[in-house]
Amino acid sequence: MSLPTKPLLTARYGIVESWKLANAERAGAYQVAREALTSRKPADLRAEVKMANIRGRGGAGFPAGVKWGFLNKQEGEEIYLVVNADESEPGTFKDRSIMDLDPHRLIEGAIISCFAIDAHVAYIYVRGELAFSRRRLEVAIAEAREAGYLGERPFGIDYAIDIYVHSGAGAYICGEETALLNSLEGRRGEPRLKPPFPAVKGAFGMPTIVNNVETIAAVPDIVQMGGEAWASLSRLPGDGGARIYGVSGHVNNPGLYEAPVGITMRELIYDYAGGMLGDRPLKAVIPGGSSTPVLDPRRKVDAPDENHPLHKWHGQSEIDVPMGVDTYRALGTMLGTCCAIVMDDTVNMVEACRNLMRFYKHESCGQCTPCREGTGWLVDVLDNLCAGRGKPEDVELLVDISNNMMGNTICAFADGTAMPMLGMVQKFREEFMEVAKHGIPDGVRHDASVRAMVVGGA
Amino acid sequence: MAFSLTPEREQEVDDILTRYPERRAALLPVLWLCQRQNGWISPDVVEYVAKRLELSTSIVEGVVTFYTMFFDEPVGENVVWVCRTLSCDLRGGKAIQERLESKLGCTAGHTSSDGKFTLLKAECLAACGQAPMVQINDYYYENLDLELLDRIIDAHAARGGEAAAAEFSTFASYRAPTDGGGRSGGSVSSAPPPPSREAVRLASQPPPPADEKADES
Repeated sequence: MSLPTKPLLTARYGIVESWKLANAERAGAYQVAREALTSRKPADLRAEVKMANIRGRGGAGFPAGVKWGFLNKQEGEEIYLVVNADESEPGTFKDRSIMDLDPHRLIEGAIISCFAIDAHVAYIYVRGELAFSRRRLEVAIAEAREAGYLGERPFGIDYAIDIYVHSGAGAYICGEETALLNSLEGRRGEPRLKPPFPAVKGAFGMPTIVNNVETIAAVPDIVQMGGEAWASLSRLPGDGGARIYGVSGHVNNPGLYEAPVGITMRELIYDYAGGMLGDRPLKAVIPGGSSTPVLDPRRKVDAPDENHPLHKWHGQSEIDVPMGVDTYRALGTMLGTCCAIVMDDTVNMVEACRNLMRFYKHESCGQCTPCREGTGWLVDVLDNLCAGRGKPEDVELLVDISNNMMGNTICAFADGTAMPMLGMVQKFREEFMEVAKHGIPDGVRHDASVRAMVVGGA
Repeated sequence: MAFSLTPEREQEVDDILTRYPERRAALLPVLWLCQRQNGWISPDVVEYVAKRLELSTSIVEGVVTFYTMFFDEPVGENVVWVCRTLSCDLRGGKAIQERLESKLGCTAGHTSSDGKFTLLKAECLAACGQAPMVQINDYYYENLDLELLDRIIDAHAARGGEAAAAEFSTFASYRAPTDGGGRSGGSVSSAPPPPSREAVRLASQPPPPADEKADES
């Protein structure tokens, strides 16, 4: 157990009307931005973020400091900062809390980031459904502008910064950064071919940095503490800081928890989220949004080689490996958004899989054939299996379709569909074979363990 | 009849245009303004937007049809989105949908016969820790059970969306406990308990049971 840490990102969540400027300021908001803009150099600020080793909080886990380093502004170009608030990955609900409960932290982070990367305009792209969060941000931005923290001369210095909120209109794919840029520009949210990467040619053809809400919201703490100190909050090397963990599904206390990077899934479920509903056995957990391959607590880490990055956890359950971008990749899954979906033994994994694949079919933008067709075929096969019309070969067909989707499309959406599909079949093959022979057993629904709570006496 | 925005909204379009280096980027925000006024994106709206932003109608239509929240046909007074993605389904999303269908008398994808509600299935709405949930118009209603759901729907039918939101929507639960005043009803405690170990429970935890809220309102 590493040192306990005090809440940072969520420190102001409990304050009365924490979203109002006066209340947030009493609790320290904008002190770091003021100091950064009036007495620090942009290059210093970039160095702090790089030393912080903050891995992008949107799901890909790319080091934000490295991303910022890709900028190389040419004559006549303007740099944009785009904050990705298109939180849509199934199971993920952390960014919304920042926007609703501490919008000034995000705005302060955006101000410092703009100054650090030589941008004068930031767009916050909020998913269309979050009308309430959008309004809260707009009010907070107006307050900050009124106070002189935004506009022509933020904190009195000669460096104009403006922040605008741009609302999406319902499309998961717009969380993909180039699809987001198309949507920002008034186009269909279809991902672009890379390269060029956004840092070279992004919004409106200009160099652009796209960062997740939580990443930008962490910038004030990084600058205040210093990158190195902030990085050392983590229990893992190369993956700094603390972050917001989410838990949904069959736990006693679903919700959000701020903790150091590198706690284990077992800690998250049993210590933080209060354990399993009704003390039922944990069957499976999707660690960081639906695109991350499932973990099976019965499976042991197989890393006998001393040089294997997970050797330290050889023989332990998958859920005892610390949650980090690199550790989870070594485990064959991804940390993703760090918001876990927890399932107990009442869940039929084929049915759960069908639910998620239906999502991908609905959300595929349709641009690339392997993805557009593949997502549909996966659902068709799973529908057949669940309805008892399947055959054992169908299980291999799921694997085959998935393998043909991976790596054959413009963006990572198809991989994000195929990887969890393959993970499900790999880890729960027996259950798939059983369903292929007999369909889903009568009366199985995956809300069985909460039915009494929901239906109640009504 | 040709569509046009109210003078206030026209003003807003002008303001929106200043935010972007390219005129076309105003397309999504302007479509939102139009849908707010008109209820849906009718062919008249498409023509108006195309003209206002100097785009072809096919470009505008292509964008409208890409995004699920732009309605290309009329919808009911209230639009109910029921989340059926995994986190909600694990906590009873299916039961919520079934109840809505029987209460509204229409299946998902349709509008009730009195025109008051359109019921739509939604994909993950980023409220997974507060499942099951529905979105009605602009607002989220979380930690549902069937009894609470019934009251929310009844409030919409009787008093309209804004009044129902003030009483039941989750934004009310974001108000801290000492903030007793303000909006009528629905004052829900959201103070995090003392930090346990390294963790801090956030305000997204379930609000008190529905009957407590009833007592206060």
